[in-house]
Amino acid sequence: MSQPVLIAKNLSKRYGENVIFNNISLTVQERDTIVIVGPSGTGKSTLLRCLNLLTRAEEGQIWLDGQEITAKDFNEDRARQQIGMVFQNFLLFNHLTAVENIMLGLTRVKKMHRAEARLRAMQELAKVDLADRVDHFPGQLSGGQQQRVAIARALALDPRVMLFDEPTSALDPELIGEVLGVMKQLSIDGMTMLVVTHEMGFAREVANRMIFMEKGGIVEEGAPEDLFEHPQQERTHQFLSKINELHEQPPKGRPA
Amino acid sequence: MSAWLTLFRDGLPSLLAGAWITLELTAAGLVLGFGLGLLSGLGRVYGNRPVRWLSIAYIEVFRGTPLLVQLFLIYYGLPGLGITFSRLDAAFLAMGLNSGAYQAEYLRGSLQAVGLGQMLAGRAIGLSRWQTIWHVILPQAMRLAIPAWANEPVALLKSSAVAFLVAVPELMARAKSIAAQTYDPIGAYLAAGLVYLGIVFALDQVLKTVERRTRIPGLDAEVKRA
Repeated sequence: MSQPVLIAKNLSKRYGENVIFNNISLTVQERDTIVIVGPSGTGKSTLLRCLNLLTRAEEGQIWLDGQEITAKDFNEDRARQQIGMVFQNFLLFNHLTAVENIMLGLTRVKKMHRAEARLRAMQELAKVDLADRVDHFPGQLSGGQQQRVAIARALALDPRVMLFDEPTSALDPELIGEVLGVMKQLSIDGMTMLVVTHEMGFAREVANRMIFMEKGGIVEEGAPEDLFEHPQQERTHQFLSKINELHEQPPKGRPA
Repeated sequence: MSAWLTLFRDGLPSLLAGAWITLELTAAGLVLGFGLGLLSGLGRVYGNRPVRWLSIAYIEVFRGTPLLVQLFLIYYGLPGLGITFSRLDAAFLAMGLNSGAYQAEYLRGSLQAVGLGQMLAGRAIGLSRWQTIWHVILPQAMRLAIPAWANEPVALLKSSAVAFLVAVPELMARAKSIAAQTYDPIGAYLAAGLVYLGIVFALDQVLKTVERRTRIPGLDAEVKRA
């Protein structure tokens, strides 16, 4: 197997006395789509933020393409431009139009000329089916459209891996599909993705690996079929059943 | 009434010449204050400890003392230390320093209102902290600050009347000398008041236009939601 895109080893994050997660290790291979599930407050979002250095883990190391990005002398801005991030509440730049949102990273981070950046931004917008919303401001777009712009903004920088932090949790139900559709296509096209989500349909259909996290630790991980059909841990079964109930899909397997 | 009209007509050239100096002082003070306000506002919110401390000290000292005290310290006090300013420069400096402290506070409020999310989003695409502040947070903060900030040119214009106390021949000084010449203080100061009022009215129109032109479509809704 080729070199993993992202490796995290023994990551621990605390806020004072409060342990957010403890001793988490993770290997992400090229073209992986890994879905992380678990009850809220178990440190999934914080884990993603640690992976692209938006917050610092107190312990542990992270490698991107074999380079240790947690090393003291590594430029964290450079690490971040290679790790795309999509937030639950979109976080588009409110004062910029859709196309300008994407251009900012291209011109300021990648030092591209404006005309070239605009062209690239338009292409990315077309890919997420927003070619007709180029000059709209975030406040003029629906939540689903904003999230697709946010995805395009991250993709424009040619990231090695994309992190999604509950990308559909803030969306009205009828808008979730358009965002999941874009993400599914991205996965099919071979993007390496790490997705925190409660969308079990997406996990079953798109992910090749699934991680169940609880109380700051990884409880179980494996192929989504295995976690859904034959979970090894009672907690995994309980949690997935409950989530499935909400989506009216009765679980089949019991823990062995 | 007709006596007052005569006074107003005869005094007008002098009042307008004074008003021009008032406007120049206000404009220059506003620009200096904008620069100082930008630096100390950013410093207070995003600076490291010494910068933040310095910014807070500047802002609180100049907001917490009367403009007149500041002006007298600069014009009468600093020469004692070997630093001498012309009347006009002293007035300009005092107004700029004073206004900067207020402008910093308008900016601080709106910098904080823009919120942490925009910083996260900027950092996430690989912008540095100061790139994010400059390209993402500041443009939004300045637009948010405009309605409150729009009070500042008017307030500064009116407080520029203190320059009269170091004998800058601005609007108020002209009114005083007209009052002395005509023995009609009511008429003279009323005329000066009218000129101030006219300038403020015109200024308000300009500021309203600025506010309208810099509005971001949908941003009001966005701020409410966040």
